[in-house]
Amino acid sequence: MKLRAARRRKQTIFRRVVVGLIGLFFALPLLAMVEFTTRAPGGGRTLQTWTTLFNLAAIDANYPELKTGIQASAGLVLLTVAIMLVMLVPTMTWIRLRVPGMRRLVEFICLLPLTIPAIVLVVGLAPVYAWVAYFLGESSLWLAFAYVVLVLPYAYRALDAGLSAIDVKTLAEAARSLGAGWPTVMWRIILPNMRTAVLSASFLSVALVLGEFTIANLFSRENLQVAINQLGKRDDSLATAAALAALILAFIVLFAMSFVGAARGSHRPEEN
Amino acid sequence: MGALLGVLPFLAYTTIFLMIPTLIVVVGAFVNGKGRPTLGNLSALAQPQIVSAFMNSLLLSAVTAVLGAVFGALLAYAVSTARQSGPLRRMITSVCGVLAQFGGVTLAFAFGATVGLQGFLTLWLQKVGINLAGSTWLYEPNKGLMLVYTYFQIPLMLIVFLPAVEGLRPQWREAAESLGGSTWDYWRHVGGPILAPSFIGAMLLLFTNAFSAYATAAALISQGSPIIPLQIGDTFSSEVILGQENVGKAMALGMVAIVAVVMTLYVVLERRTSRWLAR
Repeated sequence: MKLRAARRRKQTIFRRVVVGLIGLFFALPLLAMVEFTTRAPGGGRTLQTWTTLFNLAAIDANYPELKTGIQASAGLVLLTVAIMLVMLVPTMTWIRLRVPGMRRLVEFICLLPLTIPAIVLVVGLAPVYAWVAYFLGESSLWLAFAYVVLVLPYAYRALDAGLSAIDVKTLAEAARSLGAGWPTVMWRIILPNMRTAVLSASFLSVALVLGEFTIANLFSRENLQVAINQLGKRDDSLATAAALAALILAFIVLFAMSFVGAARGSHRPEEN
Repeated sequence: MGALLGVLPFLAYTTIFLMIPTLIVVVGAFVNGKGRPTLGNLSALAQPQIVSAFMNSLLLSAVTAVLGAVFGALLAYAVSTARQSGPLRRMITSVCGVLAQFGGVTLAFAFGATVGLQGFLTLWLQKVGINLAGSTWLYEPNKGLMLVYTYFQIPLMLIVFLPAVEGLRPQWREAAESLGGSTWDYWRHVGGPILAPSFIGAMLLLFTNAFSAYATAAALISQGSPIIPLQIGDTFSSEVILGQENVGKAMALGMVAIVAVVMTLYVVLERRTSRWLAR
């Protein structure tokens, strides 16, 4: 017991030192962003930059690129999550129910983007997007097609974990034997039972789309990160504030997600 | 047969937006501007600026993978000694999730505000007589970029490595202690060997992460293209020299080849790891 207590004390000191030092390395650039965005012209502090950032009318009038970027990213978030869920949830459920032989192939395809850097994907997507522009127009919104590919590995893992936790087959057969059609099975049986997995897949997608820069920039489309980058050439302070605000937004999304995961644990204590 | 139809939309979508792009890169690397087969794109990779970009990328990825792995592992172990669902752990994993995924443009601004010309640290150091502002070190691949990349590698290491550290059972430690082993003995003979495969595996993952990264460097560097993702990006914007239309695809293929080798090693290691850490 004495050994254990001594070790616990040592571990606590070790934890404080390591978390403190590495934490300092992480905090410094973020604090520098706060410091940089609150500088007043003659020295001293001002909140001018931040009031401008949250003043919609001023953004609309003076920084139209930021407004288009925010709008585009909001649309991209919705469209990416929608396509991802509509495509993956029924496919993955269907595979478990009817064609288990396809599971390896689908898993392979979903994890493939991990080995293909986004910059490589851009090279290959250029001709594909020439067709997308031809059929659907030049809107930034269509970047969502590529973003779905980027989120595939993360979404697949989250949804797969959710599906493994429920007995899809029994649930579906029970519903079918009571006369439910496939859409009812999906919408009223499968989806409600894997709410947590759907939420975490969606949250991950939201964070990824909010931070995406590579594809949008190289295809000369608008999104939040591209707008912030452009803004940096004109108003460094406002761009830094916008970048920090987007980072905090993404943090809130992921922090909320950590509670969703915890809620699952407390409902199903028997699971490991 | 009817059951297969249910998978068709997924296969169609991934064919258009994943398989075809991949094929375009692979095939494009071996054809010229007129669609004739050629090895010219591959031999164009021997141009000095492309070779040096590959070298810079490899060095940058290797160094930041090692730095990120070492510091990330320390952090992961420190966090694992805290209470399982306590506030510290939840806070740190969420922060790391954001910083690992959300690099890019944000980091360029963060480091600009810290050590850029008008940066907080630059101005502060000037007062004590150290001048950072005179040089372009922040924009060089083997100095500033390494610092910035390490900033997103450490959080990724925490996320990847934390489950492995949590797999260490307290009983092993107690067993080592009851046999008279010291902390050093425990890490040397029990903890270290068990964690080694996951540690190296995570390091490989960090390597591919840095190697693939485009956004951070693109937002930070405005002159020149010292690393390979920026070289590929250039083929989009600048005028391409006649006969070299597909050199970008050859570079992309080179990147995929390197990432594929590293990921294969990763998968092999992952299998070894699961032997001990499976619950």
